Amino acid sequence: MNIVVLVKQVFDTEAKIVIGSDGKIDDSNVTLIMNPYDENAVEEGLLLKEKFGGEVIAVSVGTDKAQETLRTALAMGADRAVLVNDPAIQAASDEFAAAQALAKAVSGLNPDIILTGRVAIDYGSKISGRVAEALGIPHVNTVTKLEIDGSKAVASREVDGGSELIEVTLPAVFSAQKSLNNPRYPTVAGIMKAKKKELKTATLVDLGLDPAAVAGKLQILGFSLPPARKAGRKIDGEPAAAAAELAKLLRGEAKVI
Amino acid sequence: MFGLTDEQQALRKMVRSFAEETIAPGAAERDLTGEFPLDIVRQMGKLGLLGLPFSEDEGGTGGGTVSYALAVEEISRVCASTGITYAADLSLGISPIYLFGNQEQKKKYLPSLFRGEYLASFGLTEPEAGSDAGGTRTRARRTDKGWVLNGSKCFITNASYAGVITATAVTDPGKGTKGISAFLVEPGTPGLQINAPYKKLGLNASNTTEIVFEDVEIPAENLLGEENKGFSQFLQILDGGRISIGAMAVGVAQASLDAALKYAKERKQFGKTLSSFQAIQFKLADMATQVELSRLMVLQAAKLKDAHLPFGREAAMAKLHASETATRAALEAIQIHGGYGYMKDYPVERYLRDAKLLEIGEGTSEIQRLVIARYLGC
Ligand SMILES: Cc1cc2nc3c(=O)[nH]c(=O)nc-3n(C[C@H](O)[C@H](O)[C@H](O)COP(=O)(O)OP(=O)(O)OC[C@H]3O[C@@H](n4cnc5c(N)ncnc54)[C@H](O)[C@@H]3O)c2cc1C
Repeated sequence: MNIVVLVKQVFDTEAKIVIGSDGKIDDSNVTLIMNPYDENAVEEGLLLKEKFGGEVIAVSVGTDKAQETLRTALAMGADRAVLVNDPAIQAASDEFAAAQALAKAVSGLNPDIILTGRVAIDYGSKISGRVAEALGIPHVNTVTKLEIDGSKAVASREVDGGSELIEVTLPAVFSAQKSLNNPRYPTVAGIMKAKKKELKTATLVDLGLDPAAVAGKLQILGFSLPPARKAGRKIDGEPAAAAAELAKLLRGEAKVI
Repeated sequence: MFGLTDEQQALRKMVRSFAEETIAPGAAERDLTGEFPLDIVRQMGKLGLLGLPFSEDEGGTGGGTVSYALAVEEISRVCASTGITYAADLSLGISPIYLFGNQEQKKKYLPSLFRGEYLASFGLTEPEAGSDAGGTRTRARRTDKGWVLNGSKCFITNASYAGVITATAVTDPGKGTKGISAFLVEPGTPGLQINAPYKKLGLNASNTTEIVFEDVEIPAENLLGEENKGFSQFLQILDGGRISIGAMAVGVAQASLDAALKYAKERKQFGKTLSSFQAIQFKLADMATQVELSRLMVLQAAKLKDAHLPFGREAAMAKLHASETATRAALEAIQIHGGYGYMKDYPVERYLRDAKLLEIGEGTSEIQRLVIARYLGC
């Protein structure tokens, strides 16, 4: 089974966002990690490989730094990796461009199944649908359980008040919800082996894409931090009196009740 | 830290996640109950951490001493009890077999040790022989079947969970330090008693034992390395062990700094955060500087060891500086927390109790100074 996993390098969830003097987000002091939902996608790919055999190929769009995230996927157990690295794509933020590049890179790998996280935690992009659309294959998002039987897949996804079972024909794209599985830690042996595994880098031209066709759908005008949160207020006094005071303030001042 | 390889950085990242997600959550509770982190040790085996500094040829995972020091630091940062369990298992327990064992001995024990099926212990210290480990009294007498051991050891880490213990004993009483040898002893051997009677200041979830040998018969092939070379063997083991104690100390010191900084940024007095007072800033700046210097020295010693260069002097300096830094950093962290720091609701009092051992185990600070002075030619 040819299993392709799309992974993205993102800021650590605890990173403090700093806007540099050039008006852009400064990532120089930030720990970069694999997008947490993509870890679930890698795990699912590895579980499928353990069950059905085949190969897990990790694919990312990003800068040189993103190699580290692909190495993490390799250390977890992926067999090889492809990084699409091209200055024409603002990979972090331009969902359209990233999805086009990924679709093209993936189509050359003849996948039976494509897995990725349900959302990237940095810019909130959800590329699984776009990639499926570009490849003309089925797509199920926010998957909590995945079962493969021959060329068919049954995916469960959460819906309001229950879950939905969707059957699709492979190849197809699935995006992982956190509850899909528990991502493994890379083992020491995995980390040592990762360096020796193949990590190919490709530009848009290498993929046979015209940079002009994928670039420029999104233009970032500027970044600003959310306004600082004001300090909270503590109402002292007897519980009954304090509750009355709180109700008064919520109605009169905050105007929420 | 500048100059770490990609693998070392990846390894540190993995251990940090494992430490924060799996080891940290129970650390405060284990400190209270004394519950041994056996399940965590098993998981470390699965991740390959128990073979980390040992070569792949011998079944280890080949990460080297630098990676190992980074792992010990990350683990000790969240739980020093787990840190000493790990460091003593590898540096004191597994290392003697790895360094001095013959093929049969290695084949018998190393695979199970690397998998975490059981731990290994190193029994050197005795009631009458601590800093002066050459004063060993435990006696090994040769018989036609092998050896008979009599004597006792104290403060031995991990022995209740060990599958094999390396114990030093006098084989040739006339020869002083040139009459000591090392033996592999398996728990369960008749006459061998392992008790855990101590109530400790800290490192409460670590296992510290007393071992008694009463006519313990062991086969001839359980001699580890050459007869009467035990003293020089354990000096070599202790050199390596000092890197791991230094790394533990860096972890505890870093934890103290992290806790103090976080608290100083949150706690307000006189209408301002503590971190806005210069007196507190200076404490934090000193702590940060000492932590970083300690880490550099530990990694320097580790790098020398990986390069097969002499590292005894650097290991002693690293252990000395890092352990004294850890105690001081923990004390300052308590000071910055004020009365709250004295309470068990915050982790800093645990850091202090755990840190203090690092100035004592594997050679006290005084002994480190003696070792360093010897390198200076005194
Ligand atoms: C939690 C814990 C775990 C341990 N784990 C192990 C283990 O796994 N295996 C093992 O073999 N041992 C272990 N030890 C023992 C430890 O290594 C010894 O406690 C240590 O070496 C000190 O020996 P001592 O306690 O006999 O102190 P002593 O040697 O009696 O020293 C007492 C004091 O005198 C000072 N002193 C001694 N000689 C001199 C000198 N020449 N000049 C100046 N000052 C001197 C010392 O620095 C110290 O301050 C452990 C100890 C503890 C507390």
